[in-house]
Amino acid sequence: MAKYLLLKHYRGAPAPANDVPMDRWTPEEISAHMKYMQDFATRLEGTGEYVEGQALSPEGTFVRYDGEGRPPVTDGPFAETKDLIAGWMVIDVDSYERAVELAGELSAAPGAGGKPIHEWLELRPFLGTPPTIAE
Amino acid sequence: MDEARIRSLTPSVLGILVRRGADFAAAEDALQDALVEAVRVWPADPPRDPKGWLVTVAWRRFLDAARADTARRRREDLVDEEPAPGPAHAYDDTLSLYFLCAHPSLTPSSAVALTLRAVGGLTTRQIARAYLVPEATMAQRISRAKRTVSGIRFDRHGDVATVLRVLYLVFNEGYSGDVDLAAEAIRLTRQLASSIDHPEVSGLLSLMLLHHARRAARTASDGSLVPLAEQDRGRWDTGAIAEGVRILQAALARDRLGEFQAQAAVAALHADAPTAEETDWVQIVEWYDELTRLTDSPVVRLNRAVAVGEADGARAGLAALAALDDSLPRYDAVAAYLHERGGDLAAAASLYARAARKAHDLAERDHLTRQAARLNSRLRG
Repeated sequence: MAKYLLLKHYRGAPAPANDVPMDRWTPEEISAHMKYMQDFATRLEGTGEYVEGQALSPEGTFVRYDGEGRPPVTDGPFAETKDLIAGWMVIDVDSYERAVELAGELSAAPGAGGKPIHEWLELRPFLGTPPTIAE
Repeated sequence: MDEARIRSLTPSVLGILVRRGADFAAAEDALQDALVEAVRVWPADPPRDPKGWLVTVAWRRFLDAARADTARRRREDLVDEEPAPGPAHAYDDTLSLYFLCAHPSLTPSSAVALTLRAVGGLTTRQIARAYLVPEATMAQRISRAKRTVSGIRFDRHGDVATVLRVLYLVFNEGYSGDVDLAAEAIRLTRQLASSIDHPEVSGLLSLMLLHHARRAARTASDGSLVPLAEQDRGRWDTGAIAEGVRILQAALARDRLGEFQAQAAVAALHADAPTAEETDWVQIVEWYDELTRLTDSPVVRLNRAVAVGEADGARAGLAALAALDDSLPRYDAVAAYLHERGGDLAAAASLYARAARKAHDLAERDHLTRQAARLNSRLRG
């Protein structure tokens, strides 16, 4: 049993095979895409492998400490930002192979023309708590 | 009567319900209701016969549910045929339940969840919290597991090794939420040991007790790992160590060595040493040789390399390590340790840093990062 983060990159990964920005999709195509992800999450809840999922607004802001007694500096998002994260899903599965299989399925969500977008999903294992037997 | 004591009645009560003709999933639900009721009612009004009380209440719940069910007629027929209390069955229901919950058709996570629920009597919420997943997810995991095993004959015993693997997985989850899974695994293994006479069950119980005995010393107050050599041995639980050693000796005397007994023997040698320097590494290497013979596991060979390094020096340890695949988990950490002992601090520092990047848990990663930082500052200074 191990938890994995499926990270949806809005930009930063190589362009997927079906690379059409969402604002050029039809409303039905967008609904189909959302429904696919919703159904996927529901199905994983059914198999006992779903932990959580959240979507993120792309409107991120960079914040920086600016010295004692001064308000933090806010700026950005910077124009050269390469790596925006659109959302994530957390799963709890029996093996790495299963995690890869599920990430592959999520990546097949339909996009423009109803065809899979082949989106790159970043798969990251969670750092757990130490097992009792480690010596 | 405490909660653990109430829960220890779970498997035998469940066994009786199934034996009376309730299907496994429905019996398990009814028993959970009865357990919740027991926790509520018993403190003020303790029953004289707790097990009888649970059987009565759970059976009533089962009947209520069955009557409300679409299969009403079929189940009422079943109730009519309820067997009168008769002579005891030749097989042990508790044991059957362990085998059912560890059935090979279940995935490891399902087997663990079902064991904690059906044998351990924990609620779905407790199990969900212990594994840090939503309650709805855990409920589904358990009900799927119940469906998977529903057609399997209840009284057929399986392979003890599958049960031990599941209990070992539970033990290794340690502690999160409000349930101490290591303590729960010990309780369940103890209970199993009372139902079946098998040296490896004793081996696993001994191993768990010996490791659990060191738990308080294993982490510092800030949550960081304390390596075995630096642990305050005064904080080890000597009672648990003595019990673990006693159980192990009785098992070893039967001359049917298995993996868990051999692992427990290594743990016992650590527990036995008054100081880290007095550890009998030569004997530990011998036990690792036995374990290698029994399991041929690369992880065992890795641990053996550490022991060889302690018994015969860093050079011998590195030679033992050289035969292994460097992609093994913890390979870099072991290599770093042996290089440091051999005096090559620069190589050790970079291996520690690499090990930290590959670590699977937080405390271990932080520990390895600190080791790298410690060596790097020595190299600079």
